[in-house]
Amino acid sequence: MSPEQKKTLIEEVAKVVIQHTDELTELDQAIGDGDHGLNMKRGSEAVLAGLDAQLEKPLAEVLKYVGTTLVMKVGGASGPLYGTLFLTLGKELAEQPDLASFSQTLSLAIEAVQKRGKSEPGQKTMLDVLAPVLEELKRDEDGVIDRIRNRAFSASEATIPMRATRGRASFLGDRSIGHMDPGARSCALMIGKTCDVLGG
Amino acid sequence: MANVGIVIVSHSPKVAEGAADMVRQMVGGSVPLAYTGGNADGDLGTDVGKIMECIRQAWSDAGVAILVDLGGAETNSEMAIEMLEPELQDKIVICNAPIVEGAVIAATEASGGSSLADVKSTVEELSPQ
Repeated sequence: MSPEQKKTLIEEVAKVVIQHTDELTELDQAIGDGDHGLNMKRGSEAVLAGLDAQLEKPLAEVLKYVGTTLVMKVGGASGPLYGTLFLTLGKELAEQPDLASFSQTLSLAIEAVQKRGKSEPGQKTMLDVLAPVLEELKRDEDGVIDRIRNRAFSASEATIPMRATRGRASFLGDRSIGHMDPGARSCALMIGKTCDVLGG
Repeated sequence: MANVGIVIVSHSPKVAEGAADMVRQMVGGSVPLAYTGGNADGDLGTDVGKIMECIRQAWSDAGVAILVDLGGAETNSEMAIEMLEPELQDKIVICNAPIVEGAVIAATEASGGSSLADVKSTVEELSPQ
């Protein structure tokens, strides 16, 4: 990936999160503590602020930079969770990643997030987007970019009827049902934008 | 041997400071103590960098016990521990207990020279199993 491609990818993903700050805040006010939008905005702005100095480095190093920045700046649980995702992607990324090796890398990164959050899919979290996306990535069929984009958004919608059993939303029990999980939404936004950029 | 150090990590700067005041009233200066509350902007949240600083400030050869309030404080404390030198990591524990009561009891236990494991188990008696 050229420095320009890295810049476009990470800038676009950071910007889509920043553009959706209010929506993420509203989702989190419904079932959490209302800080997800501002926390992700703070983290994304910090990533953008230091990005230019990273662009000559290999993609793996840039991903680690994103992870470390999110860990240090987000301020809520989503910092270590997204931070762990990007740090592990950076750590495990093959030198010339193809679809198969990237599936493996993402699988390891999702495991690391599960461990960090002591969570698993089905608990109304970002994992309910990540796990179906990985499944889609592993399917040996055409149109992978479109399939992943669609799956990310449909999986985030599918958190609406779920009952939260991890994170702050779990305090609400049954009252968490009927709202989309903000972490699932931010995750789908980032994956969707990544597909837009990579798909051209 | 030095007493176990105590670190208080709250989402709220005021809760962290208030809990630390209560600890100081109980044990004075006999226990290393540090606290942090708020994210990097000073709003409600927690800050991995500040948690790392607090662990160093409250460092003791006997180890450090961390008291946290809500989920993000715990996750960020776990992250902070992992980002410290490996030789420190084995001597840091996060206690599963209410933050204010836990901090006071941890400090009281630590001030008597208890080990890190004893501090943690005494504090965790506060939590329903």
